[in-house]
This record gives sequence, structure tokens and C-alpha cells, in this order.
Amino acid sequence: MAEPAAPSSGNGAGGGVNRGANLRELFDQLEGNRLLANIMHFARILRAAGLPIGPGKVIDAVNAVRAIGVASRSDFYWALHSVFVNRRDQHELFDQAFHVFWRDPKILERLLGIMLPEIDGGPPPEQMQASRRIAEAMAPKGDTPQRDEEREKEVEFDAAMTASARELLQSMDFEDMSADEIARAKAAISRMQLNITEMPTRRFQPDRQKARIDMRQTLRKALRTGGAAIPLNFRTRRKRPPPLVILCDISGSMSRYTRMFVHFMHALTNDRDRVYTFLFGTRLTNVTRYLRHKDVDVALAKVSEAVEDWSGGTRIGQALKTFNHDWSRRVLSQGAVVLLISDGLDRDAGRGLEEEIERLHKSCRRLIWLNPLLRFEGFAPKSQGIRALLPHVDEFRPVHNLESLGQLIAALSQPAGPRNGGTKEWLKAM
Amino acid sequence: MTSSLPASVDETVKLLSDGRYVADRSLATALYLSLSLHRPLFLEGEAGVGKTEIGKVLAETLGRKLIRLQCYEGLDVASAVYEWNYASQMIEIRLAEAMGDRDREGLQHDIFTERFLIKRPILQALEPDITGLPPVLLIDELDRTDEPFEAFLLEVLSDYQVTVPEIGTVKAQTPPIVVITSNRTREIHDAIKRRCFYYWVDYPDAKRELEILKLKSPGAAEELSRQVVAFVQKLRSRDLFKLPGVAETIDWTNALVQLDKIDLDPETVNTTLGVLLKYQDDIAKVRGSEAAAILQQVKADLAAAR
Repeated sequence: MAEPAAPSSGNGAGGGVNRGANLRELFDQLEGNRLLANIMHFARILRAAGLPIGPGKVIDAVNAVRAIGVASRSDFYWALHSVFVNRRDQHELFDQAFHVFWRDPKILERLLGIMLPEIDGGPPPEQMQASRRIAEAMAPKGDTPQRDEEREKEVEFDAAMTASARELLQSMDFEDMSADEIARAKAAISRMQLNITEMPTRRFQPDRQKARIDMRQTLRKALRTGGAAIPLNFRTRRKRPPPLVILCDISGSMSRYTRMFVHFMHALTNDRDRVYTFLFGTRLTNVTRYLRHKDVDVALAKVSEAVEDWSGGTRIGQALKTFNHDWSRRVLSQGAVVLLISDGLDRDAGRGLEEEIERLHKSCRRLIWLNPLLRFEGFAPKSQGIRALLPHVDEFRPVHNLESLGQLIAALSQPAGPRNGGTKEWLKAM
Repeated sequence: MTSSLPASVDETVKLLSDGRYVADRSLATALYLSLSLHRPLFLEGEAGVGKTEIGKVLAETLGRKLIRLQCYEGLDVASAVYEWNYASQMIEIRLAEAMGDRDREGLQHDIFTERFLIKRPILQALEPDITGLPPVLLIDELDRTDEPFEAFLLEVLSDYQVTVPEIGTVKAQTPPIVVITSNRTREIHDAIKRRCFYYWVDYPDAKRELEILKLKSPGAAEELSRQVVAFVQKLRSRDLFKLPGVAETIDWTNALVQLDKIDLDPETVNTTLGVLLKYQDDIAKVRGSEAAAILQQVKADLAAAR
């Protein structure tokens, strides 16, 4: 008998141990029932492929299949789908796994062979055309080097397909952070004030000053004294900083500072909630998830692995377009502030940039542009990228000589002007 | 109006079509599971694909009361679940005072009872309606609230109960039918999704969209409906910021019917494009030559299919 999924801890409110026992019971009842055992194997494969599936879900799936029956293949598919898939992007993975697992009995047999410990190490399925993640999930461990090769091939292929001949795909080797650096960064971040006005939310907190009476507190306190006196308690709106979205340029011209920026973004991500980070050169990568790793070196390594266009060219317009289309509606809600870190030097000479920056500006609360590469005091915004960007940012924060995180933070902490007001002088110079 | 729950996927399909809702079988499957296993149904999808409609149709065809909770940022327990009726409580204290014979314990006990509780949608949903059946609770656009409210929902969605600190736990005798919708303006936490059956509501294919149009704009000429559907389907493959949803298709058809059109022509398309597309740059991109090209292709395709 296959081992019932171990009672995993940390699997939500259901209580792992209990669930595990249930599963065992369920499994005992159904022993010999091949279908249900298969559902369990299927769930494990999905889990190995990266879908968050705990024992609770396996029980749900079995119940769902019981409710729906197996008369119709498509009903069966959608029943499992509604249990195992939680996000739209998991659909493809599920779909492939489903078809490989439930359609081709040969693959299924081989698969079961792999799952059983006795035949462990058998040849991985060859003619499978499913995604790499599914293949990996089904194959025994230990063939990762092959994966890296594949990945490199794929990357080269990608590069050949893109329009920009100057696109450079390379990985970034961050030096490990020293403990001293980490400490200094933390101190610097804690000094940072983005001068983002905190937003009043619609939630309340106790307050002695304001004239808004907290009736619930008042009554509960009054009852302590038997209602003889009713001392008033007050409350006020709670405030919280708005979400922060960072769009950071990592092209060649910025490469000197990239390490510092990534470091800065990591510290910021771990310092407050609702920080979303995107890196762009010739393409846009969402690195928010990697930066959430508490350990800065792990986070940096993961970011380095995920991003493929370190120190190449810049296509700001294209990157912003991708952001506007794919992400803006998902991360810019609830009054987000956008921090754009870029030198404004654009390979596409500002083509298509103006529309995209305008849209970005219109869909966020405040757009702050930090330009770390203004080395000359007598800077005039001549580059076309800069000309396209300037009219559409709320604040322009040039830094003439950026040497440390401290300077970066000082630049960001300068007092904020009114919306649309921060770039007037620069626009005059144009 | 039936009131019993469907006993199979086929019956669920029929139930939805009785409510004039054209559904994929996949959606019916998820819905059937949610009804028979008493779990919430979590619907995610672009705006205007008919997510909210499912909740409404369910309430109508099953003959249940519909309780709708429209979410917004800062939605709190006082407006979503319950609130104490402070005015009545004050009067009660004064009365007790005037009578002068009440002890503190007793007063505390009396003030925080169900009598002074104002029930908001979620608490209402835990009680059967007048006919004795549990209602349909539609939690609309959950992505608009913030995380604290989501966290609060966990208790409601998994155990169908609410804890009021002063009273204790209120639990539903029979769980309500819960439908949650989200436009995905942010990701909902997995803990919520785990408790639900998930379904991504996609844009319908041409055949289904035509069926929907027949139901929702019966006044439109057959040929016009075909052209509209083909046009919209083509538009959805373009690089637009906001693709038109089913709601827009229906609106557009109704607009065309109002204008007494029985056939699409480039000029009408240009003048009514605002019904279909909601962003100026999208409209600017499509208006004129591109619209004409799409229309020409649509007509050629339809002629070829005939």
C-alpha cells in the first residue's frame, strides 16, 4: 500500500495530524480501489511539480470525485481542477499533468514504477512532451544538471528571437554581503523616509484627542462601573503606508549600482508589507517573491538566477508596457506609490515610452523617479528617454554622485512636493 | 422555481440555463461540487465575464434569498458582520438606573444580547430565510478588501460560524451557499482559496457567446448577432489594454439594436466603439482602418461559413 501522505504540519487550520488520520482511514476503506490510489499519486505529482497541495486537498479531491462520479471524463477533469488549481497560472501545469497521467496508461505504469521504492532509479520517461516541471516531478531526483543545460539553450534561443540585437543575457554574480554591510544597510533603511503620506484607511484605532466616540468601548467600560458613569472613549482612523512598487533599471549603464539597489530593495521588502519589486533591462522580471527571503544572500542568489538580462541594453518603453499590461492592475490597486529607478537612457530612443509612462502615471497615486546617474551639475535633459519621462513623473530625484546606500536613502527622503509639481524646473530646462 | 439542490452535473447545467445563464460544463461541475459538498465557490476572472451573475441566478432558480456583500477597502466587521445598537443599549442602562434594582452582572448580561445586535450581511447569511432555507451569500469583488477582512472570513468560510466576543459563537444550522468573486486586482491569500472550489471564468468561445446573445438581446437580428460575436472574438486576440467582456458584447448589441442596425458597417463600428472599449488608447488603436479590416475579415469568414 502506498504510504498515506504524512501528516504535514503547518497545513492550515485543519490540523495536520487529524487530516492524516482521516486520510489513512479513507485509504483503508478504499484499499484496492485503484482510482483513489491514483488520485493520491496524481496529487503527489502535482505537489512535486510545485502546486501547493496538502493532505487536506487530497481528501477534498477524493470527496469531489465521489460526488461527481467517473462517468464523464471532462467532469472528472473539472472536479479535480476545482480542487487542485488555486490560481489561473496553475492551470497549464495541471492540464499537462492530467493528460499525461490519466490518458496514457503506459506512462502511468512507468510512473507508478518510479513512485515505488523498489524500482527507484528506473529510466525516466522518454517521449514525454510535457513541461519540464512535470517531467522533473515525475522523474527521480538527480538529473538537474541536464536541466541547466536545457535552460541555457532556451535562453540563447530567446535571445535570438528578440528584436534587440544588443540584448545581453548574462547572470549576475553578487558578492556575499558582509555582516557589517547588512547592519549598515538595516540602519540606513530605518532612517529612510519616503515622504509618502500615510493613507487614512477605513479602520479605526483608539485615540484620546479626536472627537469621534468609540461607542463599543464606551459602553463596555461604562458597564464595568454598573453604568453609573459613562466615560467617553474616542477613536480615530488608522493610517498605513500605501503599497510601494519599485521598477528598477538593471541595464549596463546602471550596473555599477545594481548590487546596491537589489540590496536596498531586499531590505525594504523585509521592512514593510506590500512592497513589489520589478527589475528591467530589455525585459521585465517580477522578483518580489525572491526578495522576500529573509537571508539577503539567498535572496540575491535567487534574484540573480531569475533575471536573465543583467547589464544589457534598456528598453524602458517595452518594460513599462509589459508592466502596465500584466501587472499594473494586480499591484497598483489601493493607492500604490511607484518608485522608478532608471537613468532614462533608452535603447529605443524613447519610442513608445511616452504613452506607457503616461498610463503608469495615471494608474498610481504618486510616481517618483530616481535618477542615480546625473554626474554633472549643469545637467540638461537632452536624452529622448528623459524627455519622454519627465512630464509624467510627480517627483524627480537626481543624485549626482551615488556612492552608498546612505546617499540613496537621503535622496529618497527629501521633502516631497505637490503632485505633478516636482519637475517644473527640469521641464523649463528642456 | 425549484428549491432542491441539483443531484448531478447535468441538473446543474439545466439549473443555470433555467436561470438564463449559459454556462460551460466545467463551470457547472465546479458549481455542483460546491453545492453538494457545502463549500464556497471561488470565481475569478476579468471584469464583465458574468461572475456576479452566477450568484444572482443561483438565488433566483433555487428560490433562496440573495444576500450580497459588496467589498471595498476598509470593509470592517461593523458593516459586514454585526454592530451593537448603542442607542438602545444606552436607554437600557438608563432604564436600569432609574429602576435602581439591577446588579452589574445582570446588566452586562442583558446589554450584550441578541436583542441589541444589528445583523449585517454575513451574520444574516448564517440564518435561514423566511422559507426556512439557507440563503445564497454573494461576496462580491473580494480583492477590493484588505487582508484583515480576508483573515476574518476564514472562520466564516470553513465552519460557517462567527464569533461575537460578548455573546459567543453563532453557527449556521445549515450552511449557506457561498459564491465569492474576484477581479484579481490583487492575489487573494491561499488560505481562503484552499477552503473553496476555484474556477477561472474565461471569455466564452464564439458558439457560447452567440447563445448568450440570443438570450440576453433577443431583439437583435441573427446576422447582426453573428457579426457582433465574430467581431468581438477577433478583437480579443488584439493587443489591447482591456479586452471587451461578455457584458460589453451585450451592451454593444443592445446599442446597435437601438440604432436600428441589422448589419455592421465601418461607420457604425467607429461611432459605437466606446460601448465596447473603455480606454482611449484602445479606441484610438482600433478606430478607423483596423476596425474596417476586422469587419471585412469577419464578413468574409461568415460568408465562407455559409
